[in-house]
Amino acid sequence: MEKFTAHTGVGAPLRRSNVDTDQIIPAVYLKRVTRTGFEDGLFSAWRNDESFVLNQDAYTNATVLVAGPDFGTGSSREHAVWALMDYGFKAVISPRFADIFRGNSGKAGLVAAQVDEDVVEQLWAYLEADPGASITVDLESRTVRAGDLEAPFHIDDYTRWRLLEGLDDVAITLSHDDDISAYEARRPAFKPATLPAR
Amino acid sequence: MGKTLAEKIWDDHVVRSADGEPDLLYIDLHLIHEVTSPQAFDGLRLSGRPVRRPDLTLATEDHNIPTTDLDKPIADLVSRTQVETLRRNAEEFGVRLHPMGDIDQGIVHVVGPQLGLTQPGMTIVCGDSHTSTHGAFGSIAFGIGTSEVEHVLATQSLSQAKPKMMAVEVVGDLPEGSTAKDLILALITQETTGGGQGYIVEYRGDAIRKLSMEARMTICNMSIEWGAKAGLIAPDDTTFDYLQGRPHAPQGEAWDEAVAYWRSLGTDDDAVFDKVVTIDASTITPFVTWGTNPGQGVALSGDVPDPASFEDPNERVAAERALEYMGLTAGTPMRDIAVDTVFIGSCTNGRIEDLRVAASLFEGHKVAEGTRVLVVPGSVRVRLQAEQEGLDVVFKDAGAEWRGAGCSMCLGMNPDQLTPGERSASTSNRNFEGRQGKGGRTHLVSPEVAVATGVLGHLASPADLQQLSKAGA
Repeated sequence: MEKFTAHTGVGAPLRRSNVDTDQIIPAVYLKRVTRTGFEDGLFSAWRNDESFVLNQDAYTNATVLVAGPDFGTGSSREHAVWALMDYGFKAVISPRFADIFRGNSGKAGLVAAQVDEDVVEQLWAYLEADPGASITVDLESRTVRAGDLEAPFHIDDYTRWRLLEGLDDVAITLSHDDDISAYEARRPAFKPATLPAR
Repeated sequence: MGKTLAEKIWDDHVVRSADGEPDLLYIDLHLIHEVTSPQAFDGLRLSGRPVRRPDLTLATEDHNIPTTDLDKPIADLVSRTQVETLRRNAEEFGVRLHPMGDIDQGIVHVVGPQLGLTQPGMTIVCGDSHTSTHGAFGSIAFGIGTSEVEHVLATQSLSQAKPKMMAVEVVGDLPEGSTAKDLILALITQETTGGGQGYIVEYRGDAIRKLSMEARMTICNMSIEWGAKAGLIAPDDTTFDYLQGRPHAPQGEAWDEAVAYWRSLGTDDDAVFDKVVTIDASTITPFVTWGTNPGQGVALSGDVPDPASFEDPNERVAAERALEYMGLTAGTPMRDIAVDTVFIGSCTNGRIEDLRVAASLFEGHKVAEGTRVLVVPGSVRVRLQAEQEGLDVVFKDAGAEWRGAGCSMCLGMNPDQLTPGERSASTSNRNFEGRQGKGGRTHLVSPEVAVATGVLGHLASPADLQQLSKAGA
């Protein structure tokens, strides 16, 4: 995973709450068995609407998405995170993220920056007054900056550390292999197994 | 201080705990399907890692599976490739798979409980948000993304920050004619789609204790729809009776040992929840959604709400958008909404009990002209059981379509989809824009409301059906 310290890029204001993962990428796009190319499904229904924010020239190269509360609700599809990243997004800012989406973001390397609701309102106003303006998401100091606005964002310590270091989660866990084996040795015998099949 | 049910299960699965780090949690059962696993197996191959515990892993094919022409290869080549990829991966990594055509194939959340692999006190994960279903047995069960699927395949564990604990106290009894689905839909509307976020939720109270396992699964299934990490119900005799004798349930002395452990798991009297919410079951009537998220619901006896009635500006805007997408006008009685398609099935309501109640209500009625009804069993075994009981004949006589097992119209990944503008009453779990097919309009309902709607052609309750019978007689 690439290290993430700070990122500055064009901010896109998505004035919607409850952006569920079926909107981020509909199920029909989940059939691919590879890890790349999901940008074509990103917000595919909304992109049919000319007035949709990502269809406007100013936001073509947007890398920071600013959305309303409850972003990423619904399905566990990590494809939603991949679609945002494959499109070019490095960070999403929202007052509230669904748990699974936030977890998936941390694993895949997308920064899910949680801010107060009024910060999102201010960012929307800032971006709409000056389409194509940039936002900085600084993971080191956990702040977002846009023009004169500077506001803290929340991300848990462990995810922040892993993103800053660009660490692979599986490798970290496998370094505790002895603990896993010790746990397995004390698991009760009545716990079910799928093999052999009965 | 005592512990909650979820805290006991959590603490029993901690492999490693360290300051400033999430707990490393052991996973008892990892369920997989074709959609969220291919990139995870690719990751294993790239890093040369094996599946650590194939004997705690089970795969089934469900999301892409057509429910007609079961003897033919999947016509959609991309779907077929995804299913074939799962078959190759299962073969290569030694994972047990129930493919199309196998007697144990079905929706992953129907198959686990049916085989007796879902048991109390376990940790269960799957790359699917409706994994919360398995919480009905008193286990911690939750959906994960593909990176986490790879992590569990490689390590049989998951690093997870301990969520907060919430109790949902269900007071009073569900009135005759009201169901578990009505209760959970009403709760989601009460608490909103983000209300459970950050919590493991325990559903408690007499009304819950009186529910069958299948109804408990319906409740826990939709925990994710109000944002909860997981939802669970304390195991009791209902749970044990359901489990005993199933293929993978413990036997003999192991059964007794297991039951003794399971009985010890209930929330202690002096345990403290971080949050308690209450819902009065005695006030619940048939409940349906009018909007494009599961928190936008109303009693069937009510009207399409006026967006102006929402105080929160975000909710107001969301309601305006929802009415536009759904093609609805504020103030329209819900019962006046005509429906094109009725879908009975999914991991929410595709089990044998759901089909029994649906068949009993169809008896003596016909599907309304201009309406189609799809009945899709959650698994091959549910299908066979239903056919043994003659339920398929009732459905077909009424004019409904009797299909093969799979996720079907719950999500637009297989041929069962709505066309743009088509309106459904669906026993599934999500009414998101385009969920059942691009431009499709979904009303979430119970199996009971689904049948009445199919017969009358507009959103309706079983009580409306009875009036029809009386009028006819």
